[in-house]
Amino acid sequence: MSVEQGMFGVGGTGDTSGFSGLVRRRSAVVESQRPLGGEFDEIVDALEEAYPQFADAIERVVVDRGELTLHIVPERIAEVCQTMRDDASLRYELLSSVSGVDYLTDERRLHVVYQLTSMTYRRHVRLECAVAVDKPSLPSVTAVYPTADWQERETYDMFGVVFEGHPNLTRILMPDDWEGYPQRKDYPLGGVPVEYKGAEIPPPDQRRSYK
Amino acid sequence: MSYAPERETTEGKVFTVTGGDWDDVVSGTDPIHDERIVVNMGPQHPSTHGVLRLILELEGETVTDCRLVVGYLHTGIEKNLEYRNWTQGTTFVTRMDYLAPLFNETGYSLAVEKLLGITDRIPERATTIRVLMMELNRISSHLVWLATTGMELGALSMMIYGFREREFILDIFEMITGLRMNMAYVRPGGVSQDVPQEAIKKIQEFLKFMPKRLKEYEDLLSGQPIWKARTQGVAVLDVTGCLAMGVTGPVLRSAGLPWDLRKTRPYCGYETYEFDVPTRPEGDVYARYLVRLAEMRESIKIVEQCLDRLKPGPVMIEDKKIAWPAQLAVGQDGLGNSLEHIAKIMGQSMESLIHHFKLVTEGFRVPAGQVYQQIESPRGELGIHAVSDGGTRPYRVHYREPSFINLQAIPAMAEGGLLADVIAGGASLDPVMGGCDR
Repeated sequence: MSVEQGMFGVGGTGDTSGFSGLVRRRSAVVESQRPLGGEFDEIVDALEEAYPQFADAIERVVVDRGELTLHIVPERIAEVCQTMRDDASLRYELLSSVSGVDYLTDERRLHVVYQLTSMTYRRHVRLECAVAVDKPSLPSVTAVYPTADWQERETYDMFGVVFEGHPNLTRILMPDDWEGYPQRKDYPLGGVPVEYKGAEIPPPDQRRSYK
Repeated sequence: MSYAPERETTEGKVFTVTGGDWDDVVSGTDPIHDERIVVNMGPQHPSTHGVLRLILELEGETVTDCRLVVGYLHTGIEKNLEYRNWTQGTTFVTRMDYLAPLFNETGYSLAVEKLLGITDRIPERATTIRVLMMELNRISSHLVWLATTGMELGALSMMIYGFREREFILDIFEMITGLRMNMAYVRPGGVSQDVPQEAIKKIQEFLKFMPKRLKEYEDLLSGQPIWKARTQGVAVLDVTGCLAMGVTGPVLRSAGLPWDLRKTRPYCGYETYEFDVPTRPEGDVYARYLVRLAEMRESIKIVEQCLDRLKPGPVMIEDKKIAWPAQLAVGQDGLGNSLEHIAKIMGQSMESLIHHFKLVTEGFRVPAGQVYQQIESPRGELGIHAVSDGGTRPYRVHYREPSFINLQAIPAMAEGGLLADVIAGGASLDPVMGGCDR
């Protein structure tokens, strides 16, 4: 849960908006309890049955806005994906998407998000792994889902997450010699100097803006 | 010392000059198997559909190795989104896959609406307009595919016809949204403005001539020996290959699996429309051509049903906290706020002015959480992963772009085949680099 103060991104005396005393707490669904409702119980039960290390591998289960998210221990992600793909009652044949999210205030702030689609049962599930920024590595799932190849490269490119066992983990969208990981929330954005009395347009993340 | 073999004859010494050890040198080279060259195709190449770079290792005409380089059109759209409010996001995402802007917008809007929990409150007319626009867009996108692929494989007339009909659809878009491409028309909560009556007439005109034109394309290409020779049995990818590489859309359906998100995980009320999912068993370029042609026919069917369903009503959600209050109208200097609205907020109601100002500059807040929205774009599954931290701007938006994913399949299709078939195979995936690189 994050806490926001004020409104315009300006602290101290600079804020004349009158909104400086405003405090907002933002909470998301952190953990869901059984019964999860709908098909979600079935999915979790099936995984529990097919995957003996379920208790060690699943950190928490979240159902929010009609979607199921399983938070997985990063080291276990390839095994879980293998089970999700191969078990007859799960059958997630298609790995739709792999991407990252940087939750800046979290302890393990880099999240890798896998969107799995079961064509047999017409279901969707999201797997999420959180890794710390000083040791951002987890196993690659390319052996299970070859389609993860470029998507893991993109996640590495943008967030600096290292996928162990990936056949060719290099940058894909940014130039090869680029420094830094642009999608991280603390990546410096840079301002634009203007040729008028040395003025400068500040970077977007430092501009006065609504929070 | 002599440089050539010599022998004595009755007429004197005879030298046999055969060229030294050249025989050994020549016999050591195998012109078929030793002519390994590496060719860079792209990033500026007329046959690669934009700035795609292929590095090909060739043995004669055969491709032995193929590597792809993408990223030349990376513009950081996903990062940019994080510094604009939720409504402004549509203006960014529409520029990703520039041949299917309405899909980008609708997918994004559906994701934001899911985050807001207002999916059920979107007016029916708005949803119908979205479907109508998406299906017209699907036809125009497939037409560009047909046109460019025709051009690349030597059927140059197809290019002229394909772009001619696409131009008509773009005219319809211009009538409705004011822009031919990148319209930012579909917004969270509905669409930006209603469909004018003359656009309906133009769509009806289009529906009248388009089936005939499709028949013409078929007459032009389907039986044509060169087209068949260039496409049949070329760049085959079966269902297993497609799923392993994550390939969806017409390419997957041309391998025989009837997976269409409009049917299998419906959105925008697609389950209430009547249409078929065309498939082919072959999995080659020709099958992909047939599937896309058939899909255009199905899209025409859906557009017809949309026109029948268009009942008068609002096109934006009736929620003053989300819908922009402005009533748009075309003025002297283009599209903008209507004069009545300006008169009201500037002259009569201070509260309306504040409300308008707050909603446009600050935007609405979206409750914290994340969603994944899948829709069927002309190229396959378009997935939008949207994350909110409860603020007025997206915390993270990721597009699962079918062009990006599908391109991974090119080495699987090209290696072991002929160089000319790389063009046919790559084109059959219909990649759009704006979408691939984002």
